[in-house]
Amino acid sequence: MSTLEPATDPDLIPRRLSEAPDEQGRYGEYGGVYVPETLVHALQELEETYYKAREDQNFRDELSRLFREFVGRPTPFHEARRLSGHARSISRSNTAASIWLKREDLAHTGAHKINNTLGQALLAKKMGKRRIIAETGAGQHGVASATAAAHLGLKCDVYMGAEDVRRQHLNVVRMRMLGASVISVEAGSRTLKDATNEAMRDWMGSVDDTHYIIGSVVGPHPFPMIVRDFQSVMGKEIKAQSIRHIGKLPDAVVACVGGGSNAAGAFFPFVDEKGVRLVGVEAGGLNSSPGNHAAPLTHGSPGVLHGSLSYVLQTEDGQTENVHSCSAGLDYPGVGPEHAYWKDTGRVEYAAVTDDDALDAFELLAQLEGIIPALETAHAVAQAVRLAATLPEEQSVVINVSGRGDKDVQEAARLIGLRDEREGEAERKAGSDLRAKPKKRKKRRRT
Amino acid sequence: MHGESVGLNRIESIFAGLRAEGKTALMPFVVGGHPRPGMLGDLLAGLERGGASIVEVGIPFSDPIADGPVISAAMDEALRAGCGPTAVFEEVRAARGRVSLGLVAMVSVSVVHRLGGAKGFCERAAGAGFDGLIVPDAPLEASGDLRAAAAAAGLTLSLLVSPSTPPDRAAAIAQASTGFVYLLARAGITGERSDAPEISGPAGVLRAASDLPIACGFGISRAEHVAAVTGEADAAIVGSAMVRRLGEAASAGRDAPAEGEAMARELAGGLRSGPRTDAKSSGVGGVRDEPARSASIAEDATPPLSSEDGSAGERVSTDG
Repeated sequence: MSTLEPATDPDLIPRRLSEAPDEQGRYGEYGGVYVPETLVHALQELEETYYKAREDQNFRDELSRLFREFVGRPTPFHEARRLSGHARSISRSNTAASIWLKREDLAHTGAHKINNTLGQALLAKKMGKRRIIAETGAGQHGVASATAAAHLGLKCDVYMGAEDVRRQHLNVVRMRMLGASVISVEAGSRTLKDATNEAMRDWMGSVDDTHYIIGSVVGPHPFPMIVRDFQSVMGKEIKAQSIRHIGKLPDAVVACVGGGSNAAGAFFPFVDEKGVRLVGVEAGGLNSSPGNHAAPLTHGSPGVLHGSLSYVLQTEDGQTENVHSCSAGLDYPGVGPEHAYWKDTGRVEYAAVTDDDALDAFELLAQLEGIIPALETAHAVAQAVRLAATLPEEQSVVINVSGRGDKDVQEAARLIGLRDEREGEAERKAGSDLRAKPKKRKKRRRT
Repeated sequence: MHGESVGLNRIESIFAGLRAEGKTALMPFVVGGHPRPGMLGDLLAGLERGGASIVEVGIPFSDPIADGPVISAAMDEALRAGCGPTAVFEEVRAARGRVSLGLVAMVSVSVVHRLGGAKGFCERAAGAGFDGLIVPDAPLEASGDLRAAAAAAGLTLSLLVSPSTPPDRAAAIAQASTGFVYLLARAGITGERSDAPEISGPAGVLRAASDLPIACGFGISRAEHVAAVTGEADAAIVGSAMVRRLGEAASAGRDAPAEGEAMARELAGGLRSGPRTDAKSSGVGGVRDEPARSASIAEDATPPLSSEDGSAGERVSTDG
């Protein structure tokens, strides 16, 4: 699974992975267009507009200018020396790869989401649409959409699950400050998938004057392709910056995967570079029981959700399974179809990191590097440290730091409080209060 | 493509019979397991007495992007009451012998995929007593497997045409459908709009392309809407309004099947009985219809954002 052996039958040799999707919007068997007829025309129009824009020098120049002047691209890239040292300290061989950080948390609005929303807002203007809608989980995509709308003069409505409105209140306030309306969704599990359902329903009735800026590499074709392409600016920069700073391509790139946009953007420019390991990290939640995690690539099966075929967490009776993650941005039962393709072809490795390990990594990056990451990103940090600890020191591992954690500090503090209480309780029961030193515990952990 | 593997399917017989008498059909929509699990048989019997010829039964799904808020809430309620697709199949099996009306499953492609794929699902649906399928989130390009599997299982498969569908594509959709083609009466907002939909443009395109009966739904809630759409179409589909009425009856402790029957009777009063108003122009090419079609799209453009109330300004695609 982990290598692409040349197949003997030429029909079985995959085309270059970077050539996906095909004309039907398929990534292998995944992807496609499963939407009501009402949206078919809008998706065709979007596809045509996008193909033209992609070749249009004016469009590209305008987007590059926005990336440079408004977003602050290229975002920094630097070594995480103390985090690398930590990886060495937990390594059995006492050596570890050097860990590098791609600082999307320093992009305007604090996450990679802005790369996509600016691109799509420009497309919306090209199509003559005056209103944009978006779904949001953690609120980062909502904030990025509201920001793009304000900057480019579009009206913006953001759908957000009621549970996420609670968890990510700061971002709700930010969206409203930016002039967007936030519509709290009370249906279903009141999280990202329900917000996505509502946004799609809105679009079915409003498609004449509205563009739906989907926030991840999910949904019907051409959305997964468009979002991936706009986000690929990250992977292209990682490539160039690695060569400049490390002198070669990295040995591994690690990114968290909810819907999978930051991972798709970081990975895509590398998919034909077989020497670079690509590692996607899903939300392992509490444990691997159904309903307790949000890891469809790790625990799910192929199914249709939100307009495309990919891995989904689902029940035997055809329903979408409930999901759980400490991170609102990863709390989603599906994943982009291209990730399903990359998983099945073995090009990308996917792992799941639990809430507790993500929380540890959240503190680790804050305390060793002075960077408070998004809880989503913390999942990637946890896996990258584990990976680095198994690799020789001349190798390098890049973490795509997809977003900053300001939005998460209250929730993280609450979860850390609960964890410490739980651990204190366990230690009291074990009669070992004396050695309770939570900060040390992490550094001694071996993987 | 009609009835490839079996004789005349029940949906086809119903439309053939009505056409011979110059009549049209009422097609109410209900959600399986809603308003209460175990009620489907009584509901169907009531709707039949009230004058329904065919009933669409929605198969509950947790994430029905093709359905509006009223129907998705009803599906959510059914699922929370423990009534998923498997349970709905059982209710249909139990009810089949009590009614002679046609039964069409309205089901998300997600559920089809999960419950055995096109072939497996069609066999199960036919085995339970369904006569046809509507899969609203499988557009023409994604319907190949379903068409073959439905035909093999003796089920009709009705694809959807929206007011934004270009004429060539509408014709291709009609030709790919069996039993009837589902015409969405509006592209935009349904619910409290009081105006009757104007469908002569797209209906003309479909008539020119195919003989297939046209069933028209979306935002149809009163007898005068039924009268307006059956002036052109062969059947009127009533979805959200029926589901809302049944839900309200059940939560107020009233007899939901009896109210369904009363509502069906009221709606059936609007059915056309006699030749189509457009019969003379049937068979004329799509070009003539283009201006009318564009006009109806323009009317639905720039919908105002709605109130919080799910019933008003509800944005749906296939609620009927």
